[in-house]
Amino acid sequence: MSAVTVNRVCKVFNAGNPNRVDALVDIDLTVEPAQFISLIGPSGCGKSTLLRLVANLIDPTSGDVSVNGKPAAQARLDQDYGMAFQQAGLFEWRTVEKNIELPLELKGWDKAKRRARAQEMLELVKLPEFGRHMPWQLSGGMQQRIAIARALAAHPPLLLMDEPFGALDEMTREHMQAELLRICAATSTTVVFVTHSIPEAVYLSDRVVVMSPRPGRITDVIDVDLGRGRTEDTREQAAFYAKITEVREALRRVEKAGATSGLGVDDR
Amino acid sequence: MTRRAVHRTLLFLVALFLVACAWELYKAVGPEQGGSLLGIPLAKTNDHAMPHTWDMVSRLGEPENRAGGQAIWRSVLGYAWYSFRLAAFGLGLGAVFGIAAAVVMARFRFVERGLLPWIVMSQTVPLIALAPQLVSWSGKLDLFGWDWPQWLSVCVLAAFLAFFPISIGTLRGLSAAPPAATELMQSYAAGWWRTLLKLRFPAAVPSMVPALKLGATLSVVGVVVSEISIGVKGGIGRAVISYSQAATGDPTKVYAAVFGAALMGLVLYGLIVLIDLALMRNRPQEVEG
Repeated sequence: MSAVTVNRVCKVFNAGNPNRVDALVDIDLTVEPAQFISLIGPSGCGKSTLLRLVANLIDPTSGDVSVNGKPAAQARLDQDYGMAFQQAGLFEWRTVEKNIELPLELKGWDKAKRRARAQEMLELVKLPEFGRHMPWQLSGGMQQRIAIARALAAHPPLLLMDEPFGALDEMTREHMQAELLRICAATSTTVVFVTHSIPEAVYLSDRVVVMSPRPGRITDVIDVDLGRGRTEDTREQAAFYAKITEVREALRRVEKAGATSGLGVDDR
Repeated sequence: MTRRAVHRTLLFLVALFLVACAWELYKAVGPEQGGSLLGIPLAKTNDHAMPHTWDMVSRLGEPENRAGGQAIWRSVLGYAWYSFRLAAFGLGLGAVFGIAAAVVMARFRFVERGLLPWIVMSQTVPLIALAPQLVSWSGKLDLFGWDWPQWLSVCVLAAFLAFFPISIGTLRGLSAAPPAATELMQSYAAGWWRTLLKLRFPAAVPSMVPALKLGATLSVVGVVVSEISIGVKGGIGRAVISYSQAATGDPTKVYAAVFGAALMGLVLYGLIVLIDLALMRNRPQEVEG
């Protein structure tokens, strides 16, 4: 049973209006459990829309999405996934540990259990002494780590991330990528990750899904066989650079095919 | 007390002192019997029309009337305490209904569109006209033999004035939660009411506090005006009227009542500030605009 199955999904906004947008057309995607896949593509290719369809925050116009063997709607009701956005989105009136406890409160866990799990998650993201702090006392990178801790607090099998490191500087970003890989390996979480950055996509993923805009569709799925135990040294391997080039060329093909200007994808 | 609080209190006292100075300055240079300057009418500055500030203060120590008895500041404090409780209760009522109305309007868009114009219109009816209407209408109510007391009318009218800013401020605050946060709650499959409790209300507090402050001052105004309109005994409104009627013989007397009313407003406002401090204790300090 796959973790996520997207089956012939189309998403149209403003159907029947002059400003109709075909955000996604004929999307087929399967993600196996414990896999890490990235969605990459220029602005408007529908990667965030696809993520929101998996999260059941919006409904497909046609086709179906299933998560963990159930329809996406059911998976959302059962809270089978956690989500992290570009803005950490921590509640400023709650302490760090109460922020992590939020999904557990909504699941009806009792206080002791919640407290224990929050502490466990803080250990996992290597911020154990910050439980009683307020979010505004933490740096951007630390806040994102807390957001990830919150997303994984209920140990969901799936993690959905929409450019979570987009607002961070380059050094913090690389550090956070390594942390994310470590955390996901420790928890065997399936991850669907949306990004603008080619090196980020290659470093993190088992597969890179290349998308193109107008209308949004998948043009390429590139396997990244750099092995599981990736480290900082991986970034300097020839195979790493080769993969980055492969993804970049796939994106260039997208650009030529659509004759769009202004890719909006980072070569960093 | 924090340095900021001490600083603020000192500034307040300095401001009061400056107002007193401005008063005395005008008294010193202005015309005794009034007049006009370039067509602008000027107030009289004789001791009858504009008593000295120190005379106002010393009057507080003297008895209420010639018959003797306790110093007037004690009496005024008693009236102010009576009215303060009405203002606080009125504010509470206004807050309960204001917040409830805001929640319903936030939940049901059509209610907001239907109700808001009526709420706005209702505020344009002058309190002086409403007060006698409320009294006569409540007198006609048959509440199983229970008589509608006068002070309740005062509270209702104060609540009526406080209701509007509180409902508008709360409504605005309830829609102030960032969309990423509402999406997060959606991803948790949290229903509207749970999202209200865990996200919207806490996010609304920065909007609700200024609304409550405004409601507090309006509630005090409402109490004073209603007491005068309805003729309630024992309150500060009645004291203002009866003292001002004695102004020919005792010009500083009315200022004692004015001070009492001002004190009421300050204390009620101060209560809201304390609530604000308690609620915002954990939040980042915003730079005051």
